[in-house]
Amino acid sequence: MIAVVDYCKGNLKSVERGLRGVGGDAAITDDPAVIAQADAIVLPGVGAFKDASDTMQATGQMAAIRDALSRDVPFLGICLGEHLLFSEGAEGSDAGTNPSGLGIISGVVDRLPETDAQGKRYKIPHVGWNSIEFDSTNIEDTCPLLAGIKPGEYFYFTHSFCAPENEYTVATTTHSITFPSVVRVGTWIYGVQFHPEKSSDAGACVLKNFLNIVRSARG
Amino acid sequence: MLTKRVIPCMDVKDGRVVKGVNFVNLRDAGDPIELAQRYDEQRADEVIFLDITATSDGRKTTVDMASRASEELHLPYCVGGGFRSVDDIRTMIAAGADKVSINSAAIADPSLITTAAAAFGTQAILCAIDAKQVPGNPNKWEVYVHGGRKATGIDAVEWAAEAAKRGAGEILLTSMDRDGSKDGFDIPLTRAVARAVNIPVIASGGVGKLEHFAEGILEGEADAVLAASVFHFGELTIREVKEYMASCGIPVRL
Repeated sequence: MIAVVDYCKGNLKSVERGLRGVGGDAAITDDPAVIAQADAIVLPGVGAFKDASDTMQATGQMAAIRDALSRDVPFLGICLGEHLLFSEGAEGSDAGTNPSGLGIISGVVDRLPETDAQGKRYKIPHVGWNSIEFDSTNIEDTCPLLAGIKPGEYFYFTHSFCAPENEYTVATTTHSITFPSVVRVGTWIYGVQFHPEKSSDAGACVLKNFLNIVRSARG
Repeated sequence: MLTKRVIPCMDVKDGRVVKGVNFVNLRDAGDPIELAQRYDEQRADEVIFLDITATSDGRKTTVDMASRASEELHLPYCVGGGFRSVDDIRTMIAAGADKVSINSAAIADPSLITTAAAAFGTQAILCAIDAKQVPGNPNKWEVYVHGGRKATGIDAVEWAAEAAKRGAGEILLTSMDRDGSKDGFDIPLTRAVARAVNIPVIASGGVGKLEHFAEGILEGEADAVLAASVFHFGELTIREVKEYMASCGIPVRL
C-alpha cells in the first residue's frame, strides 16, 4: 500500500486517485502507524512550510517518515512535500529560526524572487504549465521517475517558494530564477515541484514510473 | 518558460452545464466533467466551473460535482460562485477543488480573502472581479457584484491591487462591457489591472475570434485567457487557439 500522507494541507484526493488511476494501491492516511507499515510514501500538499512542519512533528508523522526513509521505503514528495525533504523552510520563520523539514537534503526552501537577474518582473505565485529541463542520457538509470519523459515536457506548477540549488537536482525549471523541479536522493527518494496529479498525460507517466519504482523496491 | 494558459469556463447549475453547449460527440452535453475531459484532450490548461445555483440543495450538488471532478480530471480546476464564508470555501476545497474564486463576498468583507489565503494558501484563492467602464471616463472601471447587477462605487484597478495585497493568488477579470459581445477583451482594463498587481491575471469577457486571445496576452498583458461560448459551441477548439497563439510568438503548451 502507498500511504498518501494527510497533514491537513489540501488536495489529497487527486493524488490518491492519480495513483490509483495508473494501477497503484494508494490510501490517504494521517496515522504514523500506517505510514510505518506502508510500501511507499507520497507526501503531497500545498501551502505553508511551517504549518506542515508543525503538524507533522506534533502527529508523529515526521518521525515515521524519517524512519521509513532510513529503511529505503520509496518516497515521492510533491510540491510542499518536495520542500519538506530539505532541512529548513524560510516560510514561517520565527525570530530567525526556520521551521525544520525532514532534513534529507540540507538547504533552505525560500521564496521565488519577483525579478530576474536583469530586473525583469515575474508574477508570483508561479502558476501554470512550465517545462522541465534535464539531461535525458540514461535517464532510466539516473532518474527512473522521468523514464519516457522528454526534456521540455510541460507540467503544472503552483507555488511561491522553491527548493534551493542542491547536488541532488535531476531537472530544473525557469521562472524568475532557475530552480530544481525534480530531485532524487539515492535510489528511493524523489521530490517534484510540479503536480503530477494535475499534469494530464505527462503527470500520469510520472506517477506510473513511481509505481514501477515501488514495485522494484519490493523485489 | 512559463506558458500562457487557455481556460474554458463552464456555467453550472445544480451540477449541470447550462447556457447551451453544442459540442460534438458528447454522450451527455450537460455533464460538466465529461465536457472538461474533452477540453483536457484539446490541451486546456485548466478549467473553471462557475456555479450559478441559487439554492442550498443545488449547492450541495455542486460540491458533489467538485468531488467527482477531483477523481476524474487530471488538470487543475477552479470552482467559483456563491461562497459566503471560509466554511463554504473549506467545503469546496475538501471536496477536491484546487482553487475557488470569490467575488461579491470579498467585496462585502475583504478580510475573507486574507482569512481564506491563510487557511488554504494564496494559490487556492482567485479574486473574481466584474468591471464596467465608468461612462465618460475611458480609463476608469467600476466593480459590480451579484452577477453584475449591483454597482459598488469601487475602482476595479484599486480593488485588484488590494485583493493581491490581501493574499489572492490570481485575479479573474471580466469586462462586463465586453462579456458576450465577441468584440475582444477590454484591453485597456486588462492591461491596467495586469500592471497594478504582481499576481497572474486571467482575462475574461468578449472573445469571438482567434486574434482576440493573442491580443489579451500581447496587448492586455494577461497571464491567461478565458472563454466560454466559442469553445462550447465548437466555433474554436482550444488546440486551434493555442496554435494561433504560438504562431504569434506566445509560449503555450501544445
